[in-house]
Amino acid sequence: MNLLLFSLFREKKRRRVVELTEKMVVDGGTGTRCEWEGRWNHVRKFLERSGPFTHPDFEASTESLQFMLDTCKILVIGAGGLGCELLKDLALSGFCNIHVVDMDTIDVSNLNRQFLFRPKDVGRPKADVAAEFINSRIPGCCVVPHCKKIQDFDETFYRQFHIIVCGLDSIVARRWMNGMLLSLLVYEDGVLDPSSIIPLIDGGTEGFKGNARVILPGMTACIDCTLELYPPQINFPMCTIASMPRLPEHCIEYVRILLWPKEKPFGDGVGLDGDDPDHIQWVYQKSLERAAEFSITGVTYRLTQGVVKRIIPAVASTNAVIAGKGQNPGIVKFAYIPLNNYMVFNDVDGLYTYTFEAERKENCSACSQVPQDLHFSPSSKLQEVLDYLTESASLQMKSPAITATVEGKNKTLYLQSVASIEQRTRPNLSKTLKELGLSDGQELAIADVTTPQTMLFRLSFTS
Amino acid sequence: TMAATKTSKEQRYDRQLRLWGDHGQEALENAHVCLINATATGTETLKNLVLPGIGAFTIVDGHTVSGEDVGNNFFLSSSSIGKNPDKLLDNDPEFFHRFTLVIGVQLPESTCLRLGSVLWSASVPFLVCKTYGLIGYMRLVVKEHTVIESHPDNALEDLRLDQPFAELKSHIQSYDLESMEKKDHSHTPWIIIVAKYLEKWLSEHNSQPPKNYKEKEAFRQLIRQGILKNDNDVPEDEENFEEAVKNVNTALNPTKIPTAVEDLINSEQCSNITSQSASFWVMLRAIKEFIQSEGNGSLPVRGTIPDMIADSQKFINLQNVYREKAMQDAAAVSKHVECILQSVGKVSCKNASFLRVVCCRSLAEEYSVDSVNKDEITSYMDSPDSEMVLYLMLRAVDRFYQQHSRYPGVYNYQVEEDISKLKLCVNSLLQEYSLNVNIKDDYIHEFCRYGAAEPHTVAAFLGGSAAQEVIKIISHQFVPFNNTFIYNAMSQTSATFQL
Repeated sequence: MNLLLFSLFREKKRRRVVELTEKMVVDGGTGTRCEWEGRWNHVRKFLERSGPFTHPDFEASTESLQFMLDTCKILVIGAGGLGCELLKDLALSGFCNIHVVDMDTIDVSNLNRQFLFRPKDVGRPKADVAAEFINSRIPGCCVVPHCKKIQDFDETFYRQFHIIVCGLDSIVARRWMNGMLLSLLVYEDGVLDPSSIIPLIDGGTEGFKGNARVILPGMTACIDCTLELYPPQINFPMCTIASMPRLPEHCIEYVRILLWPKEKPFGDGVGLDGDDPDHIQWVYQKSLERAAEFSITGVTYRLTQGVVKRIIPAVASTNAVIAGKGQNPGIVKFAYIPLNNYMVFNDVDGLYTYTFEAERKENCSACSQVPQDLHFSPSSKLQEVLDYLTESASLQMKSPAITATVEGKNKTLYLQSVASIEQRTRPNLSKTLKELGLSDGQELAIADVTTPQTMLFRLSFTS
Repeated sequence: TMAATKTSKEQRYDRQLRLWGDHGQEALENAHVCLINATATGTETLKNLVLPGIGAFTIVDGHTVSGEDVGNNFFLSSSSIGKNPDKLLDNDPEFFHRFTLVIGVQLPESTCLRLGSVLWSASVPFLVCKTYGLIGYMRLVVKEHTVIESHPDNALEDLRLDQPFAELKSHIQSYDLESMEKKDHSHTPWIIIVAKYLEKWLSEHNSQPPKNYKEKEAFRQLIRQGILKNDNDVPEDEENFEEAVKNVNTALNPTKIPTAVEDLINSEQCSNITSQSASFWVMLRAIKEFIQSEGNGSLPVRGTIPDMIADSQKFINLQNVYREKAMQDAAAVSKHVECILQSVGKVSCKNASFLRVVCCRSLAEEYSVDSVNKDEITSYMDSPDSEMVLYLMLRAVDRFYQQHSRYPGVYNYQVEEDISKLKLCVNSLLQEYSLNVNIKDDYIHEFCRYGAAEPHTVAAFLGGSAAQEVIKIISHQFVPFNNTFIYNAMSQTSATFQL
């Protein structure tokens, strides 16, 4: 599938829709563009010359470059390690309409790779500073910053983009984005309307490893289809932390999870802030004490900070590589067959890349449109259902909220995120499904941070 | 203040210090690299070295900036240094001797060969980089690069259960599984469990450890039978025993010196230690002597064990048995080093299994008709779309440049007519090296289409890759590639060849 054709097709349909409804869509404005002789020579050679390896539907013309310069609208999510590289790559490849979303502010530890930021920018929002830098360095490019969470926007925001590129640092956020784009899909008589597809290019890095993938929502494997590809997060068992530590990490987790809430060293209600050096110093000292009790060596300040903040090591080079790879499908590869569809990179020993086609999961809870069944006996407790939602490898929900229609009324069975409701509904967890008035074939509506839409599950009683 | 600078640097570089440590960072900050040609590829590489804190850099570039340069280069707004590498090679080749490493970007073949020869004699590592259309190319030229810290991804454990050293034996002896209370029994480390049952097995099997799948399964069963049962004869939940069963394969891995290390120990450099020998070879020689004496045929004990279910005391005690043995062995190796040399540096043997050496052939050897690696080239060309065809096309394009003083297809009107000219270059290349391979016309067409473009995305990818290889060379950590890397941005694939 050719990404350029996609975007052009969508653009033409969008314009028709605009004409029909006579609504004016006001963009951020590209301002006057200053072109100079030869500016786009490198890019032109790929868009204006035909070749033996281009996509069968590709036609060399000047239209593609114009589309990229004038119309194509790209959203970059994240202005960190990958985000900075992506913005640069996009701007230098001819894209002039770019939006960037990032809720974070700049930290000193970002400066070893997030090159759009300088020491004087520490504390300022990443999206703002990144946009300023690119706009001033690349004449004619207009990057619009949004210092917000991705969840702060709805479909009307996301629908305006031709391509979305992600440089996120959390799986939860990726899944949410994935769910949002799936919710934009339009089906006519059961057939997917291709102009409602917004391609998602997702990348991630960790130390010397990284991956890039292309997702065509509704057509190719989505994030949830391949959830098992992500390594499970390391969470030590509580009994190890509480009474049988062996590693320095166990000692640090002990202080973070058990000691801090007990001793409240910086006051009531003051949570542990991984970015506060005083907090980390306290955790470090207490971890040393804990370790000494058990003759465990190896607790250092660096390790303490790493465990508390769940720090992932990062270097400029890997981000440059993955951004370069991830961005290829979007730009120069407009003319070629794009990455199909998952590529991994590792340069610990030499340089290693591997590309494969991730397959759609037939019953994917996010993209398959197959209703998800929950198989439980009527005497199972609600807690078991909750455990299944969080522990199942294919669902991996974080804090699901469960509601059902019981006796004609909408009933919240359990909700964790609001303290008062959590307290009120907690007794339900130890009640059986039968006691809660649920019946076979009943629909449960489940909401979670991993998806913008409520998911519907069907309760199927086993005997 | 010094302390403030140190802390702010530690904060800034925190994320990378977790990868290569303070000593790796120090090596980086003491390095001075030379970049030849500040094209998009060159500046991207440099950016990825400046960000992590490279000590110093010098740019050599004789070109003036053009409109298309500012189009693909994030850093162009000032003029270049104004020197030409060819002139430097003519007048002052020793200019290049001062650098830790030289990066040559978008250089024609002739300049590469000349520079390669100068740097080879001066033992200065040389990294050649080229972005050509949608193709990325890197060639590493380093005579002998030693790696002590290779940081392998999946290292085998060093548990010595097949030949337990004295202290390990007596520690295992101190356990009596049969007489233990449940709490202790369930929190005994799996290493002890496996060791105990291995003793039993050996006594029943003529001192032969489990070798094939059938025997290992039987061994696993033996361990399972050791799980405590409750009053109703139902097995208890003993996770440590489950771990033991799961780790039988790991535990039964024979203690062996890895082939790579064997080769190094038997190499000439190890046998002939002189006052000029690098400390890597001195350590290797000391390890060899250790193997032949205190080690009884084995490397020094590494000293680390994986985490496992156990109570704190049992785990720490077991860990200390391995750690102390490792320290003992390291001290023995140090004594050997002392005997070999007067001066002694800090010796850590935990990486003994992971020592690597990378030796690349010189460019002269790669390009000479007498020593060209025909086998490698022809065997890869059995698949006509292998990345090897891209390597041959890059060589052909350089040939074109030599003949016509320009690259093919730079201007639109040249694309068609250059195809036949480029084809002649391809044929003469194959003929000169007697390469009996076939290059599809499609590739010749494609390389004319490229018009020697340097698209930013490919430059960015290559800049990231190149910078990391440079960091590996400077820090002597992680293993560099050997010696030719090709990236195909069309198919998003890559390959490494040894040419």
